[in-house]
Amino acid sequence: MCLGIPGRIIEISDSTHRLAIVDVGGVKREVNIACIVGERAIDECVGDWVLIHVGFAMSVIDEAQAAETLRLLVELGEAQQELAAMRASSKG
Amino acid sequence: MQYIDEFRDPDKASSLVAAINDIVKRLAVGRDRPFHIMEVCGGHTHAIFRYGIANMVPPEIEFVHGPGCPVCVLPMGRVDDCVAIAETPGVIFTTFGDAMRVPGSRKSLLQAKADGADIRVVYSPLDALEVARKNPDLEVVFFGLGFETTMPSTALTVLQAEAEGISNFSLFCNHITIPATMRAILDQPDLQLDGFLGPGHVSMVIGTRVYDFIATDYKRPLVVSGFEPLDVLHSVWRVIKQIAEGRAEIENQYGRVVPRDGNPAALAAITKVFEDREFFEWRGLGSIERSGVRMRKSYARFDAERKFATPSLKVADPQNCQCGEVLKGILKPRQCRVFGKDCTPQTPLGALMVSSEGACAAYYQYGDLEGLRGPCAADAA
Repeated sequence: MCLGIPGRIIEISDSTHRLAIVDVGGVKREVNIACIVGERAIDECVGDWVLIHVGFAMSVIDEAQAAETLRLLVELGEAQQELAAMRASSKG
Repeated sequence: MQYIDEFRDPDKASSLVAAINDIVKRLAVGRDRPFHIMEVCGGHTHAIFRYGIANMVPPEIEFVHGPGCPVCVLPMGRVDDCVAIAETPGVIFTTFGDAMRVPGSRKSLLQAKADGADIRVVYSPLDALEVARKNPDLEVVFFGLGFETTMPSTALTVLQAEAEGISNFSLFCNHITIPATMRAILDQPDLQLDGFLGPGHVSMVIGTRVYDFIATDYKRPLVVSGFEPLDVLHSVWRVIKQIAEGRAEIENQYGRVVPRDGNPAALAAITKVFEDREFFEWRGLGSIERSGVRMRKSYARFDAERKFATPSLKVADPQNCQCGEVLKGILKPRQCRVFGKDCTPQTPLGALMVSSEGACAAYYQYGDLEGLRGPCAADAA
């Protein structure tokens, strides 16, 4: 029930009913985007990456936040490598 | 970026495991039991097994599987109510797929379908509404299952039906809420929990501030987590880091999807259509206050609970079932007396074996962990 998948909004198919065509891993699906339009004109949503759950887009995926999360993990990886190197050299 | 593969990078996973090991080895000195981290939602239980994360973390960390699987906590009496509605002449009963095989006291929905009831699996409540449009002479009921993640979709579908003046569509509302459930879990005297992986997609709807009471009242750390392997490992690291630093805070690891204040449009739809129930019955956990919602009186004409007479009985689990203890995290699935014997995915006795997110189904599918546990990253360092 928690299953949500990312997809990219390609076009608005029915602006009255807030429906859009979303590309989900190559497959195109009609999705209700009422929850993510916000104050914007509906056409501005084209190109958004969204999290889709049972036919509804529930969140716009924040690219900057995603990049930041990955950057933190890269930093953590570098810190771990440093630590491992220090341990190896102190054993020598 | 397409937001999946980047969060499955094995190199970053190794770094996270090493970082977790570093903290845990220092912290675990002199402790008589592992750190118990509860992953609340079924999607996380599934991710932990599917990606072998329980095998990657050191044995000083144990995952306690929480009750956040709405199918798993569906009481038998409620399944009986679904079957009663589905077997009413002139009704098309629509539902998400995972509810089909949950045993009722007489039969499951799948068995009722085999016996001739018109029961259809749908992916989205919008599909159920389409069935109603296409069958104006029949009454279409949608089984509204799920936590806050699914509530907006159901609410928006009811609002759509209202806007179109559709009169043959109703919702059998079984939506339950996470915060009340977590409080009930934390109040269990026999549970020793050190921290939480917070639900990712429930939080996308309700935000993260609803969990503040867990830090302030119960002094436990909670990290809202995404569902990819790196998300889960990152969140475990953040929980264990909090414990090491003596902190109890609510953190958001899933910031790319979860906004702090939730989704305003979704919350507005939910508030319009639903109201809190004083209490709701959960399989294994009994009655929990303010843990469910029902439809408001203004939406009575879309409310299957008002339109249909159902048995509405409290039905106890079969005698040899231990779903309750597994749901509360007291027992591991393999400790249940019927796990793998009378209760298998082919012949499930309880809902935990039926649902793809259930702990028992996951244990069965991915194998018994103790036997499979291999060398961990710390051994190689």
